[in-house]
Amino acid sequence: MSRIQQLFARKKENVLNVYYTAGFPALDSTLRVLEALQANGADMVEIGMPYSDPLADGPVIQQSSQVALANGMTIAVLLEQLKEMRSRIQVPVILMGYMNPVLQYGFEKFCAEAAAVGVDGLILPDLPEYEFVTEYGEMVRKHGLDFIFLVTPETSEKRVRRLDGLSSGFLYAVSSSSTTGSEKNMEAVDAYLQRLKSYDLKNPVLVGFGIKDKNSFVSATKAANGAIVGTAYIKTLEENNDVNSSTAAFLKNMLE
Amino acid sequence: MKTSYKLPNKEGYYGKFGGAYIPEMLHPNVEELQSRYLEIMQEPSFKKEFEEMLRDYVGRPSPLYYAKRLSAHYQTDIYLKREDLNHTGAHKINNTIGQILLAERLGKKRIIAETGAGQHGVATATVCALKGLECIVYMGEKDIERQAPNVARMHMLGAKVVAATSGSKTLKDATNEAIRDWINHPTDTHYIIGSVVGPHPYPDMVARFQSVISEETRKQLLAKTGSELPTKVIACVGGGSNAAGMFYHFLDEASVDIIAVEAAGMGLNSGLSAATTALGKPGVLHGSRSIVMQTDDGQVVEPHSISAGLDYPGIGPLHAHLFASGRGIFLSATDEEAVRAAFFVARNEGIIIALESAHAFAALDQLTLSKQDRVVICLSGRGDKDMATYMKQMTMTNQL
Repeated sequence: MSRIQQLFARKKENVLNVYYTAGFPALDSTLRVLEALQANGADMVEIGMPYSDPLADGPVIQQSSQVALANGMTIAVLLEQLKEMRSRIQVPVILMGYMNPVLQYGFEKFCAEAAAVGVDGLILPDLPEYEFVTEYGEMVRKHGLDFIFLVTPETSEKRVRRLDGLSSGFLYAVSSSSTTGSEKNMEAVDAYLQRLKSYDLKNPVLVGFGIKDKNSFVSATKAANGAIVGTAYIKTLEENNDVNSSTAAFLKNMLE
Repeated sequence: MKTSYKLPNKEGYYGKFGGAYIPEMLHPNVEELQSRYLEIMQEPSFKKEFEEMLRDYVGRPSPLYYAKRLSAHYQTDIYLKREDLNHTGAHKINNTIGQILLAERLGKKRIIAETGAGQHGVATATVCALKGLECIVYMGEKDIERQAPNVARMHMLGAKVVAATSGSKTLKDATNEAIRDWINHPTDTHYIIGSVVGPHPYPDMVARFQSVISEETRKQLLAKTGSELPTKVIACVGGGSNAAGMFYHFLDEASVDIIAVEAAGMGLNSGLSAATTALGKPGVLHGSRSIVMQTDDGQVVEPHSISAGLDYPGIGPLHAHLFASGRGIFLSATDEEAVRAAFFVARNEGIIIALESAHAFAALDQLTLSKQDRVVICLSGRGDKDMATYMKQMTMTNQL
């Protein structure tokens, strides 16, 4: 059982997955942020690999990516920073990024090295189903990584079931068709999550996009196994560069 | 049977290039297009309206003009396909007419587009005004400053111009912003991409709309020379839509040399260039796998060209395949060579050409041409929009 599967075997509701951008706010803050998130109650962490053209992300995450790139963050640097993380980090760690930098690094080499440092899963939003099935899925599986697909309120039931079948770890339910960091109508989100729940899917469901505080977290997790928060946390780090105090305050506000 | 260079496979691949590398949020929009574009384009009512609009509104067929003085200079036969004489001054309108008719049939109420120099933005604003549809054009903040006359034209046509303030604030970022808008409007909006780039089916769809260029050229050449086929066709390539249209009906004619000319900017090794096939590597940009100018870490780099229309770090997957397979010959021309070619054409043929098109003409100096050659150059657009650049050149050389 993978580390992500173990988490969901142990905890079936209110799972909190926090996203942040590697190399933000400082090049060497990656591990400090990860430790602070674990220490303050995050169940799982999603580390964004910065890219110059992040299509699925809104302005806040794009801005943090640009800062990280200017700081010198690359896939090679990130994997080096994460090398010793498993001596201190027990929570599941997922890498999120876009195809182009991963292709340049070498897709299989990336999977092998990520798995070797203790990464548990991947989210690559612009890797399509067809290419996953015909080319890349095998490499992901070979190295024991979970792969998480996204679904949206517009995704048909048939397609949700297919993407659930291809995913392992969990399924990422985007709360509405939008980029990250947009405002959401929580009632519509709830109806959508109830619908997903009624499908009785293979994977647990985490909802993301538009989760920013305790209210949206509680509301989002009524019908899902948990939620992913990103933009709101990046904003907090932007306002207060002291990783420990800003992370503690942010998670206290989310969880208590 | 030998496969055609013209057509992608079912998944949108030309050889190794193409596909639809899009986040799930775009899936409904893209899938709707994938499943319906061919069917709609083949409807008799669509074809009829498209042909009527191209004839009565755009002014097609555009002339194929025998350039006598250029021919004499290069000691060969040179024909110019006059896309500069189209309504709005470039080939871009062929595609926007096609896509607005498609958007209407898909029941879309809102149109978005990206633009670099503003030519595609103007062509999109034009067809939206024609059809009474809301039009939002994304344009890099830097380009808005550089291309004030086209911004004014879009405003006059009733379009809303939104500044892309992310990243490098140019065409690449305007495209990102347009894609984000589309993600946020999954049902009512059609995105009119201006080139043969983007996720499948855009490269194929835009190439089909632009293919009228080579379709007409064949007929016109036959009437003028007794043969439908030239020996060489030349077009400039940024994303590559005029080139796709100019090459289309010649791609499967082995006797025709396909010559694509990219923008070398200040020179291929200057660090300020937009010659994607010379400097790029395979990668994924704006929804398709193609050749992309990027760092070793896979970050997309900001290109440079004096011509805003060629200032793009990628190339359509069709062209990437023509390059990789060797079917196309890829050349490049520098800013300086393009400006020189523009002045040469102005003073020898009486035509002020766009800076983009000037790159295609600059390639004539790099080719070995004989009296047996019949060369067709795609004169993709007129040079009015580039007068500021041309005036600067004349000031520098004391001609003003």
